[in-house]
Amino acid sequence: MTTPEEKQKIQEAFHQRVDDDELLNCMRCGFCLPKCPTYIESGYKESHSPRGRIALMKAVSDGLIEPDEDVERSLELCLGCRACEPVCPSGVPYGHLLEEVRDIINQNKKFPFKTRVLRKIVFDHVFPHHHRIKTLTNLLSYYQSTGMQNIMHKTGVLNMFPDTLATMEKVLPQAPNKKKMNKRETIMTPVNTKKKRVAFFTGCLMDSLFRETNDATLELLKIAGCEIVIPDQQVCCGALHGHSGEKERARDLAKKNIKAFEALNVDYILTNAGGCGAFLSDYDHLLKEDEEWSGRAKKLSNKIIDFSSILVALDFHQNHLFLHQQVITYQDSCHLRNVLGIKDAPRRLIKAIDHITFQEMKDADTCCGSAGIYNITESEMSMKILDKKMINTKATHATTIVTSNPGCLLQMKLGVEREGMADKVRIVHLADLLLEAYQPN
Amino acid sequence: MIDSNFRKALIEVVGKENFDDTNTEKLVYSYDATPGFQAMPDAVIAPRSTEEITEIVKLCNDYKVPIVPRGSGTNLCAGTCPLEGGVVLLFKHLNNILEIDEENLTVTVQPGVITSSLIEAVEEKGFFYPPDPSSMKISTIGGNINENSGGLRGLKYGVTADYVLGLQLVLPNGETIRTGGKLAKDVAGYDLTRLMVGSEGTLAIITEATLKLIPKPNDTKTLLAIFDRMEDAAETVSAIISNKIIPSTLEFLDNLTLNVVEDYAKVGLPTDVEAVLLIEQDGHQNVVEEDIASISEICSSNKAVSVHVAETKEEAEKLRTARRSALSALARLKPTTILEDATVPRSEIPKMVRSINDIAQKYNVNICTFGHAGDGNLHPTCLTDGRDREEMQRVEAAFEEIFKKAIELGGTITGEHGVGVMKAQYLGLKVGASGLDIMKSIKTAIDPHHIMNPGKVFSKESMMKEVVNNDNT
Repeated sequence: MTTPEEKQKIQEAFHQRVDDDELLNCMRCGFCLPKCPTYIESGYKESHSPRGRIALMKAVSDGLIEPDEDVERSLELCLGCRACEPVCPSGVPYGHLLEEVRDIINQNKKFPFKTRVLRKIVFDHVFPHHHRIKTLTNLLSYYQSTGMQNIMHKTGVLNMFPDTLATMEKVLPQAPNKKKMNKRETIMTPVNTKKKRVAFFTGCLMDSLFRETNDATLELLKIAGCEIVIPDQQVCCGALHGHSGEKERARDLAKKNIKAFEALNVDYILTNAGGCGAFLSDYDHLLKEDEEWSGRAKKLSNKIIDFSSILVALDFHQNHLFLHQQVITYQDSCHLRNVLGIKDAPRRLIKAIDHITFQEMKDADTCCGSAGIYNITESEMSMKILDKKMINTKATHATTIVTSNPGCLLQMKLGVEREGMADKVRIVHLADLLLEAYQPN
Repeated sequence: MIDSNFRKALIEVVGKENFDDTNTEKLVYSYDATPGFQAMPDAVIAPRSTEEITEIVKLCNDYKVPIVPRGSGTNLCAGTCPLEGGVVLLFKHLNNILEIDEENLTVTVQPGVITSSLIEAVEEKGFFYPPDPSSMKISTIGGNINENSGGLRGLKYGVTADYVLGLQLVLPNGETIRTGGKLAKDVAGYDLTRLMVGSEGTLAIITEATLKLIPKPNDTKTLLAIFDRMEDAAETVSAIISNKIIPSTLEFLDNLTLNVVEDYAKVGLPTDVEAVLLIEQDGHQNVVEEDIASISEICSSNKAVSVHVAETKEEAEKLRTARRSALSALARLKPTTILEDATVPRSEIPKMVRSINDIAQKYNVNICTFGHAGDGNLHPTCLTDGRDREEMQRVEAAFEEIFKKAIELGGTITGEHGVGVMKAQYLGLKVGASGLDIMKSIKTAIDPHHIMNPGKVFSKESMMKEVVNNDNT
């Protein structure tokens, strides 16, 4: 429950902090409605649409209505996929508005004790620390490799958990142990001629649970002619914090990353996770009111690019790429497509592989329902969205589904598992697929 | 606040899950796409059948509560803004295509079907449903019928009204009637179907519609002509038509519109010229090619600086998308965008375009013009800031003058957006005092308690003085 005092504080903060010009800029044309997964899956509820949410933000800001539980619910149920932005003719930066209001609600509301503890652990004690994530991954690796996982499955202990979590546990990739996550070199040299000097943003999950994908990405970049710098001091991008109403913590992390990358003399900073890339590219917005940091943030944001774009720019797809005959489809990462605007490069790379058939999926640009931890916190809506995604997936007859973000990858695996297709359909990250297809001369 | 017995009765009809009167739900149904209008309803209700609608209407009639039917709320006349409160009626459960009748060339739908879903469904079977309002990806057929929506294909194919053959309606007294049918000819009494189309929800609730289909044209070609002077473009429009060619689309964008659209859609439109015409022809391949060739010639002889025929389907689609986004793209420039749809006989387009420019200058307001030049339906669009009261007064004065000019040229105050609240005070300009009286008597005869979407079409302070001066139509 939100107390009357909390509501008043939230209302005042809306009025002060939410950009009135941008709220007004929404002309309510409704062009965002058909693109919003929660609008469609809630059975066309305006309160679960971008236009509805912006109207609610404005109404709270203007004091027309109270920020009650229903308003909060509407804002919570948003995936934050930002599919509404590319179709918004007025260019309303919906994602920024959403981050701001979520931050206001979270900072002005006292959560139940359990939630507070959980948030504190996740946001303060785990994600900002790379080594702790690696320790957790190592524990997972232990759990998976010692037979403990089998015992858990056989005894049905997992049945005590909610369905989504229990299935999620099944689809987690084989976690690397500590040895495999050893520090890597901080500078890598290209296989042949050096064409570009780039920095690599490792990410937290990507560098632990998806360590192999990071290794594959680096390998591809070396083949394409990149000299790669991997600064040691980099930390979590802060996307999770930013999207969950913890903007201050996100700013702290952003500053650490700016420090880690700004001194490097590189053309680009590469990511291989759409979610991280998009958030890094938004640092200039995150720090826009900080005089000392805004300029530095902008410099970093401008250098952010997805690895797929660089591979295309360096003609990686001209290499001999080959896989045995199969149908492949691609599920867009929402933030890669809607924020960074990358949709062609991944498809171009996949299509360059010999012997495969690329089959575009209907609504590939629609969210799969992963959205950070949304599939755990809002599993009912997430599963509705996923079920629809699976209908479109099946229609492609693809046996390989390619993604470009770890969250999407796990969610698609979850979908395939739920449909009982796990033995027929595999989900891979674009980097892993390309390395598999690469045939050295 | 609504009567608690009334509330209880509504919930009994539709079930708890389809009734909502929380502040959040009321707020998100307090507006539509019209700038400057917002009013809270008392409740929002989503019936699942015609029977439920009948019960709701009866209750509203008994309790004298306004009832506002609403599709996706994309109209531009504040037609679904619940001005006097009451119940907002949603059609989200009534969204099925009931039948595509290939022998009679009709499609029968529930009102909540999304326009583009209908278009896709019939095109799959080789048929064509031409009305294509800019909001077609989310607008509903029910909304289109109530507003008599137009679109880009209006010039050649007409508007929604030209495709509605029959309706099922729930009248304010709760009776259900059917009008028209799957008939190409039907002169049995007054044409109630035609009366209901464009009635903006002020007469009855549409619960089912039978629409006319035509065979899908097998070829389309798109052409872009660029003009240094706006007048040359306007005169080209008249020249094409007087050469007895009716293009399927004949759209006009002025310089400011071009710049904004290009910035948004990046389709390679020129930004340093005064006007562009987007012209399309569809039909049999030979005819299309012949027509496009003639149109190219006409453009050139009317001083087009460049004429370009789209090479591929994708290129053509991009050009169409650019035109479709025109209205909303303009919204990027200023917080408030006011779009009007004054319409004149197409022969008067050059005069109208010149007048709009003069009027904008006179009142020192920023007006971009684009629109369906082929059917005389222009969209003078004012970019302003609703918070600036002084400027808003000038904007209003400018539009009033534009409307009067349109009437003077034998035109109308609204070609396709409807009257709603937005233009209610100007309706008299067009239809005259007697016209208004007749319309009001029809309204009262069908809806004696004025529960159906009150406050729309008719205004308390209609501009009667002007009617006397301009009653020459």
